[in-house]
Amino acid sequence: MAELHSWFSRLFGLFRKKNGEAEMAEELRQHLEGLIERHIADGMSPGDARNAALKEFGGVEQIKEAARDERVWLSADQLWQDLRFGVRMLWRNPSFSFLAILCLTLGIGTNAAVLSWIEGILFHPYPLVQYEERMFALTGTTRGAAGFDGLSYPDFLDLQKNSTLIDSFIVDRIMGTTLSIGDRAERATGGIVSANYFDALGVRPILGRGFNPEEGTGRNAHPVTVISYETWQNRYKGDSGIIGKTQYLNGVQHTIIGVAPENFYGTFVGYAFQFWVPTSMQETFDSTGYKLEDRGSRWIEAYVFLKPGVSMQQAQDEITAASKRLEKDFPETNRGHGFQLLPLWKTPFNGAAGILPTLSIALAVVVFVLLIACANVSNLLLVRSLLRRQEMTVRLALGACRGRLVQQLFTEGLILAAIATAGGVAVAHWCRNALVLAFPTPAPGIIINYPGAIDWRVLALSAGVCVLSTLFFAVVPALQASKVDLVGALKTESGGVVGGHGRSRLRSGLVLLQVSLSFVLLAGAGLLLQSLQRIQNASPGFATRDVITAGIDLFSAGYKLDRAKTFKDQLLERVRSLPGIESVAIARVRPFSYSNYSTATIATDGYQAAPDEIPSADYVAVSEGYFATIGVPILSGREFTRNDDENAPPVAIINETLAEKYWPGKDPIGQRLQVKDKWMQVVGVAKLSNYRTKLEAPMPFFYVPMRQNPFVNCCLVIRTRLTPGAMMTALTQEIHALDPNLSPLDTITMQEQIDRMSYNQRLAVTLLAVFGGMALFLAAIGLYAVMSYAVSQGTRELGLRMALGAGAADLLRLVMSRGLILLAGGVVLGAVVALLLTRLMGSLLYQVSPRDPLAFGSAFVILTLVALAACFLPAWRATRIDPVQALRS
Amino acid sequence: MARDKPDLVYGTLDMLILKSLQHEPRHGLEIADRIRQMSKEILKVEQGSLYPALYRLEAQGWIKGEWDVSENNRKARYYKLTAAGRKQLSAETEHWSRITSGIDLVLSAT
Repeated sequence: MAELHSWFSRLFGLFRKKNGEAEMAEELRQHLEGLIERHIADGMSPGDARNAALKEFGGVEQIKEAARDERVWLSADQLWQDLRFGVRMLWRNPSFSFLAILCLTLGIGTNAAVLSWIEGILFHPYPLVQYEERMFALTGTTRGAAGFDGLSYPDFLDLQKNSTLIDSFIVDRIMGTTLSIGDRAERATGGIVSANYFDALGVRPILGRGFNPEEGTGRNAHPVTVISYETWQNRYKGDSGIIGKTQYLNGVQHTIIGVAPENFYGTFVGYAFQFWVPTSMQETFDSTGYKLEDRGSRWIEAYVFLKPGVSMQQAQDEITAASKRLEKDFPETNRGHGFQLLPLWKTPFNGAAGILPTLSIALAVVVFVLLIACANVSNLLLVRSLLRRQEMTVRLALGACRGRLVQQLFTEGLILAAIATAGGVAVAHWCRNALVLAFPTPAPGIIINYPGAIDWRVLALSAGVCVLSTLFFAVVPALQASKVDLVGALKTESGGVVGGHGRSRLRSGLVLLQVSLSFVLLAGAGLLLQSLQRIQNASPGFATRDVITAGIDLFSAGYKLDRAKTFKDQLLERVRSLPGIESVAIARVRPFSYSNYSTATIATDGYQAAPDEIPSADYVAVSEGYFATIGVPILSGREFTRNDDENAPPVAIINETLAEKYWPGKDPIGQRLQVKDKWMQVVGVAKLSNYRTKLEAPMPFFYVPMRQNPFVNCCLVIRTRLTPGAMMTALTQEIHALDPNLSPLDTITMQEQIDRMSYNQRLAVTLLAVFGGMALFLAAIGLYAVMSYAVSQGTRELGLRMALGAGAADLLRLVMSRGLILLAGGVVLGAVVALLLTRLMGSLLYQVSPRDPLAFGSAFVILTLVALAACFLPAWRATRIDPVQALRS
Repeated sequence: MARDKPDLVYGTLDMLILKSLQHEPRHGLEIADRIRQMSKEILKVEQGSLYPALYRLEAQGWIKGEWDVSENNRKARYYKLTAAGRKQLSAETEHWSRITSGIDLVLSAT
């Protein structure tokens, strides 16, 4: 501590030195003047007084010199010396410096990059929002059910009205729509927001205004919109007279009243929004109807700003009390429903929650990479400190104190780390938007946005990483070096190939550390890779090949139910008669899509719900032929037919899980299922399949026929051997024949649809593969360096052994065995650590045990191969030693 | 030039300076005066060793210098004892009295 303190005062001394000199001169001058004055007061003439004082005082310059000596360690002289000397030493050894800086840049750069992603995505996602630190996500909860849902608009207003601890509540609901400018129509992503949105966020439109309070209310009464800066630039070419112009959103003319500032993308982690409309326009953008007065439909994603000084817990208590009152006042809709505040980084309704486990694993991995890099540099420094033994000894003999030597080496380490940190921050800067590359566009018109942020916190952490790593890699070799004993200095160090004393044990320890850390990373990467493969191979319960899906946005084209029904009937007819089509069907929502299924409370004749349970299930409306087309087997009963229409009795098809839960051990066919007050007869049981992700737990689910439960939008499912491209062309033709203004949003195979939703696993694998590769590379360098050094130091011994008759094979074995012992130790250690750590990866693993032997086995094989390669070159060199030369040297 | 003046035992000047600052901050000249006065004119501190000692003590954090104006309106750097300096003073005082009593015992032994 004291050493650190003195080091810092020296650092500051660097800037104070000039000042200090002047102060010292001034102080001495004042002292002299004081003496002269005193002599004059005693009755001397001014001249005599001056002479006497000067005589008494002694040489001013000598005093200054002596004082300077005392001050010198406070001043920067030594630090400056160390710095200059350090830079010279690094310059003189360019290959060493380059390697060390490269290792550290990799280590620090990956850390800075991951930190910047965590900062930009999780902790500081909305940089333009004022008081972001008081912003929390507000979600709905259902008692007894995991996960979160939205809020209903009436509940939202009640919470807002009765809260005393919360400054402002805002609604933010993502939606996709068709944006038409002139005759150009495109998909766009926007937000339905409360009228106070921009005011509460403290984001001021750069042109025009935000929404006025009255614009939030009145069914479809306020067709106004604020557009994003990017929309303004790209679609309107930065037109300065944009305010007051109109654009068509979902076929409704909206007046542009404002342009949001640059770099404001809304408040949705993952996507950049292109426009915002007030809540009053909800019905225009939601194909499932008007919801502003429906306490039962929970569609709002909300944020709150707490009042200053209020903790999340206090606000939560208030909200919980309010939700209890709502439960009592509106048991029909609110029984069992509550609300929960969450910090922004846990926001469940945007990309934050999905990417959290991936980023935490990435952070752990880059810390490993940094440790490996530090161990490498530490090793390099140890080797070099041996080469510099002579220099150290001379300096000690000439009277340098050991602390000074340590300071010198520490300064050199800090120079290395500082250069590497600058490089690392540059690496992080280049990589800050790299995450976007790993994300496929989930649907057309969505702009993916996962920005990293390099702000003072990231810079401070990186600087901290720099100092910590310096401490890690520089201090041990420095202390070792300062232990040089003067007596032993004359003896040349002759390390053996076998065994060794403290220093080489230390180096071996560092290599052991590297090998074990690499093993952990490789094993982790193996697990993730395997789990990704299992996910890829796992059947979702429906056909993924030869099934193409295409969406058509009828709602935003202004279709109403009747027109949509006619259109769909005609389209089904036309597509069915195309060549190469086996079958075709329509669903409201396709599996693995971003859109939500419908949810309903259900009841059956026989099932007695637990007191707190609200039986509910997700469902989807599908056309006849859906099951045959998508390949979900019907286990018993029948599939929907054209005859299940509005004139026929209501029917439903349930999945296995729902059947087992509500009719355990009984045949559900012919039984009744109540869905929102409507009784339906169960006509079939479908095999369980995946509905949103392959990782989901089996859940109760049912299907209703499209003709009894009409909807506007249209998602085609087509069984065909055509390629998506050919299908797209054919489909576009057929759609244009019916309505020239429409075209399919996307035409992809079901497999592509699934891939779009499993990006988190793939991102984790990509990151781990990249970082794991880096770690392996660094560890190989470390092993190679230590082995070559051991051979070069052991030349004498090896020569002796040769002279005594050892053959090349013996020497090869000797050197290799040393490397392999290190390898074996590292693998054992690594395996233990990996067994402890991989359990934490649970949420990212799919049907793979955290101690999967294949992953551990392949980590072992890869590491062994790399280690053999790293050891072989030095070992081979050992066999080429000329015994005569070696013994003479 | 000052052969007749008793040389200070090495290291004691620091202690004397600290002691002279015990009750109030003083500037260099005052410190020298104060030590001379306390020692009844026996100990005379030379400027040549006073200032280096002051800078050393300041660097160690035992005293702290600040510019101020002296009673006769002259700019002067006043030194003040810090908390660490006070501790150091009492430690050194104790150490010194143990040494002197030890020396006394040796010298008065018969």
